[in-house]
Amino acid sequence: MEGIYAFCVGLLTACGIFLTLRGRTFSVVLGLTMMSYAVNLFLFASGRLTINSAAILGQSDTYADPLPQALVLTAIVIGFAMTAFVVILSMRARADLGNDHVDGKDPNEIPTDMSQSKKGERN
Amino acid sequence: MQHWTILPILLPLLVASVMLLPPLASRINWLRIASVSTLLVLTIIAAMQVVTVIDHGSQMYVLGGWSPPFGIALVADKMSSLLVLLTCFLALTCMIYACAGHDKGGEYFHPLFLFQIMGINGAFLTGDLFNLFVFFEVLLIASYALLVHAGGKNKTQAAVHYVVINLLGSSLFLLGLGILYGTLGTLNIADMAVKISQLPQNETIIAKIGALLLLIVFGLKSAMLPLQFWLPRTYSSASAPVAALFAIMTKVGIYSIFRVFTVIFGDDAGELANFASDWLWPLALLTIAIGSLGVLASPTIKLLSANLVIISAGTLLVAAALHTELATAGALYYLIHSTLVTAGLFLLADIIAKQRGQAEDRLVNARALAQPRLIGFGFAILALTIIGMPPFSGFIGKVMILNAAESMTTRLWIWPVILISSLIALIAFSRSTSRLFWKSPNNKNTPDEKAHPYEITAITMLILGAPLLVIFGGPITDYVIQAAADLHDINVSVYPLLPEVSL
Repeated sequence: MEGIYAFCVGLLTACGIFLTLRGRTFSVVLGLTMMSYAVNLFLFASGRLTINSAAILGQSDTYADPLPQALVLTAIVIGFAMTAFVVILSMRARADLGNDHVDGKDPNEIPTDMSQSKKGERN
Repeated sequence: MQHWTILPILLPLLVASVMLLPPLASRINWLRIASVSTLLVLTIIAAMQVVTVIDHGSQMYVLGGWSPPFGIALVADKMSSLLVLLTCFLALTCMIYACAGHDKGGEYFHPLFLFQIMGINGAFLTGDLFNLFVFFEVLLIASYALLVHAGGKNKTQAAVHYVVINLLGSSLFLLGLGILYGTLGTLNIADMAVKISQLPQNETIIAKIGALLLLIVFGLKSAMLPLQFWLPRTYSSASAPVAALFAIMTKVGIYSIFRVFTVIFGDDAGELANFASDWLWPLALLTIAIGSLGVLASPTIKLLSANLVIISAGTLLVAAALHTELATAGALYYLIHSTLVTAGLFLLADIIAKQRGQAEDRLVNARALAQPRLIGFGFAILALTIIGMPPFSGFIGKVMILNAAESMTTRLWIWPVILISSLIALIAFSRSTSRLFWKSPNNKNTPDEKAHPYEITAITMLILGAPLLVIFGGPITDYVIQAAADLHDINVSVYPLLPEVSL
């Protein structure tokens, strides 16, 4: 179980980092979401993985550490709010800047962009 | 009296929540009165807290009665109460400045501002590492919204970078916390400090990885070298009162570095004692270097101020790398000084930008300012203070940090870097001052754009900090030396906070 769990966390993190490094806000937002999934799973595992053990004393022979579960809950809520904010912000950026590139400039439009900025400098 | 410790968090939260409700939400005058008076009350509370801490030592507030290490504890020791006072005072001045009309640029400025104060105060006061994460998120989400306050292309673009990099930082923070919880089994800072020395050999390396992840996150907040690229653009595009308030945000990262890497991974951490210094040394010096380059290359006053924030962060990180009591004390003094001064500079840059019409705050020849004497005088004091000229607080702060380098090798590294950065600041300031105040064509047709009285009040309050920090230099240095001694002494900063642990 530990192997599969670790593999999943690693895969999610790798995908998250790859997507976060992309140039468009949509993939960056997806990447951040995946990162937060990976982090939540990771936090959950920090209390050690156990099967058939409740997080309440007296319910089973062994008991799971309840604190990571509380931490994950907090992290999920915060992560959700942050994702909502970044989605709205990237939509706003799309509207304000005219494209969905993270730098606000589409690299495919460099020729026209450069001529515009030169004009701006002359002014 | 016992509940005073939590008021700097609770009061802004309650007032801001009420502000969101319909009767207040659309009445700008009521909102202004409410926020200024709240911040005034907060400053008084924070000052009384400082007095209490001087008289009775560190105060611990146990939330919900779950005594540490199980519950969440708030700890008001000398260092954190001083920083809360600084935050409240800075917020008060920024709010007075914003009341001159800057708060009308967008909705919900006042509640967001108070939520931000709540987050910063909470981050300073908390004694629990996960709680620190939560307060980081509170202050960050408020800062995201404040950053785009009043709108505009520049702000949106800067905000995308700022939000994405901070969200990644939050993920790393949680990863670090997960690793540390997995090895130490606790997130209470005092408890971690006790447990870290008892860590078995094969787990120290894992704990070290967790701690280094935290260092990355705090470095990101405090603009440490490879992670500082977001700062100039973000700070220079934010509206003036917000940028001035952000002056304390990098200090939250610095404070966290001091708290975590002095109390938990400090002298008593066994194998991991002071391991972060090796990383902080080169990064801190290089941060100062890159900040100085940025200062020289800045085309506008706002960018110049933002790069000065990076230099001051680097100077504070040098003190963190020294990890001695004297260095921490110097850092604490320098931190107060640099926060007030950079905030003042951000506000003044905004006034200059408004009075120069099209040229804004760019360092080009443009029309004369409407109030050259008043603004020039303030600017000169701020510049002298930042450079570190003798009559003002920058001098004492820098001397304290330089003085903390005791061995010859550390001196050889620190002295030239800090002194050359001051020289570079001097050059940059003389260049910009002559551009702004002397090289303007003497045309009389300047429109009447005098600064609002509120704006002048706010900036005067911030500038007054420079001489006041010197006039009351004796008591303040005594206080910061005591605060640093408390932080470094495990018998004060750790054991009293763990009543349940039998020693």
